Amino acid sequence: MSRRTRRRLGRVGFYLLMALIVLYAVFPFYWAIVSSFKPGSEMFRIDFFPPPNLANYYAVFAEQPFGRNILNSLIVASAVVVLSLALGLLAAFALGRIRFRGRSLLLFTILGVSMFPQVAVLSGMFELVRALGLYNRLPSLVLSYLIFTLPFTVWVLTTFIRALPKELEEAAIVDGAKPFTIVTRVFLPLLGPALITTGLLAFIAAWNEFLFALTFTLSGEQRTVPVAIALISGASAYELPWGNIMAASVVVTVPLIVLVLIFQRRIVSGLTAGAVKG
Amino acid sequence: MAGPTISRLTRTRTRAAWLFLAPMLVALALVAAWPLGRTVWFAFTDANLSDMGAAGFVGLANFEYLLTDPDWWRSVWNTLFFALVSVSIETVLGLAIALALNVHLPGRGLLRTAVLIPWAIPTIVSAQMWAWMLNDVYGVLNELLILLGIIDQGIAWTANPDTAIWAVIMVDVWKTTPFMALLLLAGLQMLPTECYEAAKVDGVHPVEVFWKVTLPLLMPALLVAVIFRLLDALRIFDAIYVLTGNNQATMSMSVYARQQLVDFQDVGFGSAASTLLFLTIALFTAVYLTLARIGSGQAEERP
Repeated sequence: MSRRTRRRLGRVGFYLLMALIVLYAVFPFYWAIVSSFKPGSEMFRIDFFPPPNLANYYAVFAEQPFGRNILNSLIVASAVVVLSLALGLLAAFALGRIRFRGRSLLLFTILGVSMFPQVAVLSGMFELVRALGLYNRLPSLVLSYLIFTLPFTVWVLTTFIRALPKELEEAAIVDGAKPFTIVTRVFLPLLGPALITTGLLAFIAAWNEFLFALTFTLSGEQRTVPVAIALISGASAYELPWGNIMAASVVVTVPLIVLVLIFQRRIVSGLTAGAVKG
Repeated sequence: MAGPTISRLTRTRTRAAWLFLAPMLVALALVAAWPLGRTVWFAFTDANLSDMGAAGFVGLANFEYLLTDPDWWRSVWNTLFFALVSVSIETVLGLAIALALNVHLPGRGLLRTAVLIPWAIPTIVSAQMWAWMLNDVYGVLNELLILLGIIDQGIAWTANPDTAIWAVIMVDVWKTTPFMALLLLAGLQMLPTECYEAAKVDGVHPVEVFWKVTLPLLMPALLVAVIFRLLDALRIFDAIYVLTGNNQATMSMSVYARQQLVDFQDVGFGSAASTLLFLTIALFTAVYLTLARIGSGQAEERP
């Protein structure tokens, strides 16, 4: 009896802990949504369930080129994903399926590149971007983002490609298929889920990037979403338009959360393939 | 007869391998190796942002000056303090969440979904959300603390040098603990079940099972996850930039380097700072890669 009570108590404690974790994880975002619905001076009243008012949402799109910023982020992130997946798939086939000298060293060099602090290449990248005439233009970001999306893509796709059975390829080789045909005809169709996972993670990384976007763009029209949100300012430094900032935050976060909810299993498998399985 | 055929096949495949690797290697050389090499070169020059081509070699002058700059040392200290404290908190909290997620109870899916939300939110956005919650006059956190009677008047979390670094840690813990939890959960799920069954048969207390079975078995995955996070924490930029700007009290090495480089246009000096940060992280990376390599060696030996 006492044992059963104790077990019940333990279970209640466990659920309380879980509820606390969920609250901690979700509350800041909930508070951002709540705040974004409060117009003007309502903002400064603590109210947990205000009636939704979209004034801040209108303001954020009217007072700056926020629509343009979202489009910029979409363009940059999509281009980065397509490039990384194309280059990454070919490389991953070589690294995951063909035994050659220096393979292991190469794989670990690539992993090493993904650990680069971005600031370590900042001045060199600045020079490169200027030399190519890309300063304050979106291609500068597509180019520079490859430094973190490409190693990651190669690494994760290699992990996935290694897990596929050997027989698939052997049959194709016996039939006399060329390596490129093997990649496009045998592996590509099978790697659909892996490509979605990897592409999604690369997209999120590119969508969220800040340091390069802050440094290589100058005008409001060329900014990506994180830079636009970081640089939203009011009449003075002491009067930040918090309503606008929260509205902008909610606008760019909701699509990401929807994506994460739809693909959560895939994301978890992709993240762990990238890190744990060394 | 089979010999030459196989070796020809191997040759063709090796050639194909390098052909397939070429585009990726060229891209990485262009966006990683070249800019890194240039940055290291700039560290030994007096390059200026307005005319980077006119850089003159100055030897170790930038490094000499850097090592005597108290602001630099402050940023080094801030970065290390931030990285060690936040990663420690994230590890303990992440492990707790991972253990909870590993129990087969209803509501597990909800918990996993909830912890993924902070991970998906851009760092800039989470920093802004917390900046608003931590606002000295209108912030909900101060309001709650006053309501609970813990403080009498609002704390200027991000403006006060003593609390600002803790505000940054708070944001980072909130954002990256889920990632830690998921990595550790993957590690937990790969543990062999036999040990647990044996412990259950012997009637070992769950707490003891954790310390004597789970933790030692989980150690390799835990170490890799910790170093992975540590590398990430050492390059922190976004959250600090948004929460406290170019404030010396909380500046990290990345923020310091970028300020020199872009705001003060001193490319040579900024590059010297970047190079030192790079070396610090390279050291940690070497440790990580050694561990990962040992891990993958073990994985390949498994039948």
